Amino acid sequence: MRKAALLVAFLFVSAFLLLAATSTRPFGVPNDAAMDDYFIANAQGEVAANNVVTAVVFDYRGFDTLGEATVLFAAVVGVLTLFRKLREDER
Amino acid sequence: MNEQGMSVIVRTVTRLVYGLAIVFGFYVIMHGHLTPGGGFQGGAIVASAFALLLVSFGAAGLKGRLNKHLLQSLEEVGALAFLGLAFAGIGTVFFYNLLASSGSPLFGEPVAFGPNAGALNTGGLVPLMNWAVGLKVLTGIASIVIVMLVGARKEETE
Amino acid sequence: MNVGNFPFVIAALLVAFGLYALLFKRNLIKMVIGVSLVETGVNLFLVMLGYRSGGAAPIYTFATAGERMVLPTPQALTLTSIVIGLATTALLLSFAVFVHRHYGTLDVRKIKELRG
Repeated sequence: MRKAALLVAFLFVSAFLLLAATSTRPFGVPNDAAMDDYFIANAQGEVAANNVVTAVVFDYRGFDTLGEATVLFAAVVGVLTLFRKLREDER
Repeated sequence: MNEQGMSVIVRTVTRLVYGLAIVFGFYVIMHGHLTPGGGFQGGAIVASAFALLLVSFGAAGLKGRLNKHLLQSLEEVGALAFLGLAFAGIGTVFFYNLLASSGSPLFGEPVAFGPNAGALNTGGLVPLMNWAVGLKVLTGIASIVIVMLVGARKEETE
Repeated sequence: MNVGNFPFVIAALLVAFGLYALLFKRNLIKMVIGVSLVETGVNLFLVMLGYRSGGAAPIYTFATAGERMVLPTPQALTLTSIVIGLATTALLLSFAVFVHRHYGTLDVRKIKELRG
């Protein structure tokens, strides 16, 4: 009984996902590209880098990279702390 | 999976391949401002080469060869270097690219407009940030893999 | 119904497969694989949003002159999302090891029944 209700709910959610995927914008026509056109035109002048994606990640949007480095650091500290507790439990 | 690692074929191929993988990872980190890649991708490649070494030689292969405190302190050095480079141009704005097109011998050349063959000396602070983030990702993933392998193995042999 | 949206349907299918693995499987490791599939589908959708028809990679080294480039900002945000997915998966797997050590099993129903 519970499994049948779960199956009905899963089919409903996946039908909703597929309907939403088919009624988006056409593939290949972005909506608003003014900011990215500015990045492509000015990345070699201001950042002096050939790779526009690296210029966006480290210079124009560097604050997001700082947050991501913090998340990675917190995950490493969490895993190390958890396994230190495991080894201290069995002594 | 036992303490000795995997069979002879796997160990021989690993000995031939892992040097090339580590050098390729450092190449991807270093040329991050010219070709596709950068700090995160290159750090993941070197960490994968290290995980290949660990899986094929087992936990007994790195008994006296690796210092875990060295790995953790290298990760802290990488994180602090990234933060320090972000604060380097604080006179103008946070994350200001101080060395771009400024003529200094450390990554200071200006870039010709349009498609060109890339020169390594360009980019300002971006290659230095690539090295800091690559070091951080490399040592972080390597220490996660080591701790999970050694911690899980030790509790199974109890 | 627009047939030109087929790449978006692939991303939605990946998310649906991940939801199936998360709902109908009992092993903890298979549920972690389901979470990873959902994150992969979302990252793929995010990269596909920035595509321009007939565009090239946004890199100036050895590029052909006068060609349109795709948008670089969704690719930069997907980098951050992939690293956050890695952090989540590492912590989930550590918790799975901890649960297995404490309960002796990885079955989700048995973990709910036992106490202490």
